[in-house]
Amino acid sequence: MSDDETRSLLLVFRHSPYGEGLARAGVDLALACGAFEHPVSLLFAGAGVLQLCPRQDGNSLGLKDIGKQLASLPLYDIESVYFDAEAGTRYGVSPQDSPVPAEPLDAQALQRLLREHRQIISL
Amino acid sequence: MIYSLLVLSDPTRGSMARNAAAFAHTLLARGHELHRVFFLDKGVLCGAACGIYPQDESSPLDAWVSLAQDHGVDLVLCVTSALRQGMLDEREAARFERGGATIHPAFTISGLGQLIDASAASDRLITFGG
Repeated sequence: MSDDETRSLLLVFRHSPYGEGLARAGVDLALACGAFEHPVSLLFAGAGVLQLCPRQDGNSLGLKDIGKQLASLPLYDIESVYFDAEAGTRYGVSPQDSPVPAEPLDAQALQRLLREHRQIISL
Repeated sequence: MIYSLLVLSDPTRGSMARNAAAFAHTLLARGHELHRVFFLDKGVLCGAACGIYPQDESSPLDAWVSLAQDHGVDLVLCVTSALRQGMLDEREAARFERGGATIHPAFTISGLGQLIDASAASDRLITFGG
């Protein structure tokens, strides 16, 4: 394992974008990791895949638009972005529409992703 | 082993935030090191100075304050979550012209960088709630 991998952090996003505050807190944390150049990977799982929905309009709720924030991740060199393919199917979210490029993972690949990170924050 | 904790749970609902404080005391009692406890989202309410609990319930605040005062543990509230929920120290209260501090002085307010630092500095980062 390289030093980067041993320090690496996986953020697992499990909440829908506007139902509660944790989605927002998670995106803020991802952007902070980018700003501090701390290696981080993101996994959208369960209802969290809804954060990848295209044409979000958080502003109409008086909230920051999560989709727009996610779209800025590559500017922070955060490119290891994945989603649970099964949840994507269940929630009707397809990768080509996502505000940020994200790679679908099957159950086996998910297990591998979880195993290869030193720390996981699920929120 | 060096631990850090991330607390996401509202201390007034359920027992998860209390579990976090109990876990913190237990790991110290077993000789481990606790680098930091970081409070995010509803977790920042753990720092509320003025919560009043019925006589047959313990105040969850005491366990946190003891961690800071008796064991020197760093208790950090996420600034974005804290400000939004009216959790202010003297400095933020003055800065935003509010009446006064609403958090217990055992806690400090800082940014997400403190959570990232805790992740890098600790062997284990345990999340409570979420």
